[in-house]
This record gives sequence, C-alpha cells and structure tokens, in this order.
Amino acid sequence: MLNIRRETIISYAFIERNFNLLKRYLNWEILFFSYSIVNALTIGLIMVGRGSSQDVLYLVIGALIWGFLSIMMREVSDAITWERWEGTIEYTFMAPIYRITHLVGSCFFAILYGLLRTGLVLAIMPLFFGEHIDLGSANWFTMGVTVCVSSLSFIGIGLMAAIFPLLSPEKGQAATGILQSVLLLISGIYYDITVLPDWLQPLSHISPATYTLRSIRAAMLENASIESQAGNLLLLLVIGIVLIPFGFWIFHLAENYAKRVGRLKRSG
Amino acid sequence: METPIYGLTVRDVTKHFKRSKKPEHKLRFFEKIKRILKPEKEIIRAVDGISLDVNIGEIYGILGANGSGKSTLIRLISTLLLPDSGTIHVFGDDVVSNSMKVRRVMNRVSVEASFFKRLSSAENLIYAARLYGISSSEAHKKAESILERLGFEAKRMDEEMEALSRGMQQKVAIARALLTTPMLLLLDEPTTGLDPKSKRDVQAFIEEIRNDRNAVIVLTTHDMVEAERLCDRVAIIDNGKFIADGTVKELLAMAPPKEKTTTTLEDVFIYLTGKELEEGDA
Repeated sequence: MLNIRRETIISYAFIERNFNLLKRYLNWEILFFSYSIVNALTIGLIMVGRGSSQDVLYLVIGALIWGFLSIMMREVSDAITWERWEGTIEYTFMAPIYRITHLVGSCFFAILYGLLRTGLVLAIMPLFFGEHIDLGSANWFTMGVTVCVSSLSFIGIGLMAAIFPLLSPEKGQAATGILQSVLLLISGIYYDITVLPDWLQPLSHISPATYTLRSIRAAMLENASIESQAGNLLLLLVIGIVLIPFGFWIFHLAENYAKRVGRLKRSG
Repeated sequence: METPIYGLTVRDVTKHFKRSKKPEHKLRFFEKIKRILKPEKEIIRAVDGISLDVNIGEIYGILGANGSGKSTLIRLISTLLLPDSGTIHVFGDDVVSNSMKVRRVMNRVSVEASFFKRLSSAENLIYAARLYGISSSEAHKKAESILERLGFEAKRMDEEMEALSRGMQQKVAIARALLTTPMLLLLDEPTTGLDPKSKRDVQAFIEEIRNDRNAVIVLTTHDMVEAERLCDRVAIIDNGKFIADGTVKELLAMAPPKEKTTTTLEDVFIYLTGKELEEGDA
C-alpha cells in the first residue's frame, strides 16, 4: 500500500534535485527569463497604438499563460531528457519508488517553477507597458483558481510528452515541441478560435488551453467571478481528471517498451 | 525436500534484441532508399539461456569479452530490462512480478558513473538516498564514512561531479550503491578505467563488504587478478552463454597445463573462447 508520508519525502527528492540544478544553471535561467520578458513584450507591443489597453492585455495574457503552460509541459519532459542524457534514469527506475511518486515530484517542480517565472514576468510587465495595460479590474482569485485547475490537464499532457525523450533523448524533446505547437495553434492563445478554419475548430474544443485562456481573460479583462467561470472550470477539471491517468498509462506503456527493447541505457 | 532459497537465482534467462543489419556489400542509391523505408533487422542473442545461483555471502564473478552479454544480464537482474523467457529471483522474489520488493534490497554500480554532473557528490548522493526513503542527514553521514573508507576526502563532497576524476566519480558511484545497504550488490565492471590506486581502494572495499556483511555480490570484470582475488566462483560468458563456471581452482584445471609457468584465468579464458580480454571491453 502507498505510504503517503514516505512517497511525499521521495517526491520532494525530485523537487530538491531540480531546484539544485536550477541554481547551478542560474546564468542560463536568467537568459531564459529575459527571453520570456522579450517574448511577452514583443507580442504585447503588436497592439500598442493599434488597439485599446484591453487589446494589449489580451495578447500579454496570451503570452504569459502560454509561457506558464509551456513550462508545465516542458519541465516534466525536460526532467526525463536530462536523466536520459546523464544516464541516471537507470538509477531512478531501479529505485523502489512508484512511477506516480517520481512523476508527481517532477510535476510539482514544474508548477512551482512555472509560477515563479511567470509571476516575475507578470510583475515586470507594467514597467514596460505603463498606461497601455490596466490590471485594475483584474479578478486575481478567479485567475489563480483557473491556473490551479488547468495545471492538472497540463501535467497530463506533460506526462504524455515525457515519453518522447524516454524513447529518444536526441529527438524526443523536438517531438515535445511539436505537441506544444499544435496546442498553440488550436487553443486561441493570441486570437479567438473562431478565426480558425472550420475543420480545425473541433480540436480547439478538446484543448484545455482554450478553456484556460477563456477564463483567465475573463478574469483579467472583465473582472469575471469564479461562479461565472464554473462551466469552464468544470470542463478543465474533467479534462485534467481524464488526462492525468491517461498520461500515466501512456508513460507506463513507454517504460515497459523501453525495458523490453533496451532503450534506457546510454552506454554499456 | 525443500528447495533452498539462494540470494540470486537465474533460470534459463534469454534476452534478444533486434538491430539493424549491416549491408553485406556497398549499397546503390535505390537500395539505400529501400533500406530506409524497410530496414533489415537481425536478432542479437544478448543473453541466451543463462542459469546461475549465488549464495548469501558469496561473490560471483562474470568474465566476458566485448558484447558478450555481461551488462545485459546485470540489467535483467536489476529490473531495467524485461527477460524474453526464463525467471530471475532475488531472495525468493521474482524480478518481474515483484520488482518493487526486489528493488528495495538491491543496488548496482555500472561501468559509467552516471550522475548529474553539475551537482556536487553530496547533492547527488542525498538525492539518490532520498529515493530509498533515507533522510539527508543520515545519507550525508553514511556517505562520508563510505567515501573515507574508499580514500575519498570528505571535504571534496561539495565539489561538482564534473570537477572530479573518473576514479573519484566511480568511488561516489560505489557510495551511492552502498548508502542503501543492499543485500544484492551488482558491480558491473566497477574498476574498469581506474588508476591502480583507485582500483586497489575499490577492491579492498569490496572485500571489506564481503567480510562485514552477508550480502550477495555479482561482479563483472576484465581483470583476471581481480577475479581471482575477489570471486568465490567465476563464470565465463561468450555470445550470451555461460561456457564455464566454477571456483577459480576448478576453472584453472580446465586449461591444458603449461610447462614453464602456472596457468592463469586468462589462459583459461583464451582456451575456452579463443578470444583475448582487453581493458575497456564491455
């Protein structure tokens, strides 16, 4: 039976390890952080002078939330890529830990890291945009709840994306990027999904990013209450509840495949 | 009569891999395209019907040339590969159906000391220990003691792994395996590529473990002197099969006696396999 206390301590090992790695690559982190700022600025500036402050904020929210969701998806996959490169994945898979403990640890790190990085970018944005964005009517509570609920779905997608580097550390990360690009296309990150061709729109309705963006934009632009977003949040919750076990199942299949064909080793 | 429970029991285990077949002649353009679309595969018999029993308190050596199947066998025992057929039991538990229980009592040192190279040895060891439910303070204390016995200065534990020599990294790898007090220790060429001093340190420590604890140790090596010094029994593996096994004395008796010098394990190996063993074979 799962000993929750023991599993929590073990999960913490992955969070601590990733933060230790983050400290060692702090210079690179600063570079990536700068990129996040530049990216959000570039996208937001498209509307400065062309649209209202609401329009600018519409795009900035898209850039920020997409940044956060990308980190969530990528970090889980990156953790596996890193372990495959270093060869430590064999030691992780040889340890007496449940895969759920291993992956939950990586997911928690992804959430914490994503929140930290996105929060910092968000704090800096008003310095650049000044009067062009107005956060006065933002409903932060609705936004926070939406981020938490949507995290579940993106953890599920992250688990699925993690199978690519598990099977190929060289090409797997690029495959994760393809998955991200598809979500970027269909989820209305920078435009309304109604501008998509008719045949693509059904895909938008199964993407959790569509509902995440819809609720966060409503919260930040229209001061939408949590009650008004209940439908979206419920959908996000359902997608999360479906995607997380599905992600674990896919990962389990990939792990068994890797053990059958000998894909875990780097040498020897 | 009851069947005795060995520390490690391997019965008729096989593991085959499919690999791309090398072309027998230089391919023309269209043949190359055809190969890309429909690659030809061949079956590699990495482990082919191996059986062995290792008792508690015993060191079992496996000698083999490059690609003979040593590391595949170690990976099968350590639950990193699934066997195609046959069974492996560790203290009576099946490595496939009861893998979690097996993992609790087992650890492995591989020829490559795989670590997060930018983290310090202390950070790597604490992380590894936490996966076994060991607290960071206990892990630090234990790691310090093991590393000192291996001739590794404790003050260097905070240096990044990439700043350490290969020998020192391998000592940290041994500490990682021993932190968890395993009952089954799989040592896959732990001394390959080490300088003579580090090699002696590691070998002395393996002897110490054997004398101190009732663990089961499986050791793969290229070093005949090491095998003679450390192993209670030795198996010779070639093309995925055990072609001989027994005590060192029993193996030495298998080769024809020499006139001027005494027979060595190397003579036996060459006699039985027709191959030379070289440092760096895996």
